[in-house]
Amino acid sequence: MDAYLPALGGGLLIGLSAAMLLLLNGRIAGISGLVAGLARPGARWRADAAFLIGLVLGPPLFALLAGHWPVMRIAAGWPVLALAGLLVGFGTRLGSGCTSGHGVCGLARLSPRSIVAVLVFLATGMLTVALMRVAS
Amino acid sequence: MSGATRSFATQSWAALAAGLLFGLGLSLSGMLDPARVRGFLDVAGAWDPSLVFVLGGAVSVSALGYALSRRFRRPALAETFDLPTARRIDPPLVLGAALFGVGWGLSGFCPGPALAGLSTGAAPVLVFAAAMLTGMATHDLALARRRMSLR
Repeated sequence: MDAYLPALGGGLLIGLSAAMLLLLNGRIAGISGLVAGLARPGARWRADAAFLIGLVLGPPLFALLAGHWPVMRIAAGWPVLALAGLLVGFGTRLGSGCTSGHGVCGLARLSPRSIVAVLVFLATGMLTVALMRVAS
Repeated sequence: MSGATRSFATQSWAALAAGLLFGLGLSLSGMLDPARVRGFLDVAGAWDPSLVFVLGGAVSVSALGYALSRRFRRPALAETFDLPTARRIDPPLVLGAALFGVGWGLSGFCPGPALAGLSTGAAPVLVFAAAMLTGMATHDLALARRRMSLR
């Protein structure tokens, strides 16, 4: 049970962040899109970079407030992490979004594209974990 | 400072605050922990459903924000709402989401937590994030070249 309240609280904060970025700046909080946008200079560049700086400073702020760093247990070795990183990077660009853009923002707008994307990445994610369970 | 410059500066502060909230939310929620994320995806094994609450909480507040935005002609600090306009469910969308899901399942990382996790200085996160940026750049450069050749 202890895991549910922080999960809900964290989710509410993430939603608040997305709502804030939309209502103040008119921007979708899609992490993969914001990162890729850094390669293209434009009017939104500075604000997008500021958002990502804030994102990176989030865990240290959490550590300051909570008195401990967030738990991060990484089972995968470097080759698997590198392959996974390539797939996540290429896939989120090809699919126009990730968990934040399609998940948090797209589902909130009831975007049909996002609903399909979320169902697909949940399905292949679950399938991958299941196959790894069988293989091990 | 001109009005436009001032509004860009204010936008950046707003974005910084929103980014901090996002990173704080990820840290609190457990999304930063790849083992938890893989447990959430492990429906055929020891399924840990707690992360459903992250998505549920995030989507509800985000939906409130979106509903509110429909009542305004423009955002508070910018000229226009910058929303995606694509509507077609096409092969790149499905293939991209499928590849992303495989990488997500292999590692337990998606882009937000991977970037936020960089602040911990953990080497495996660096490896993942570097590969992720490479994957993004590979896609974007390949696409740029294809557009060029179509012209």
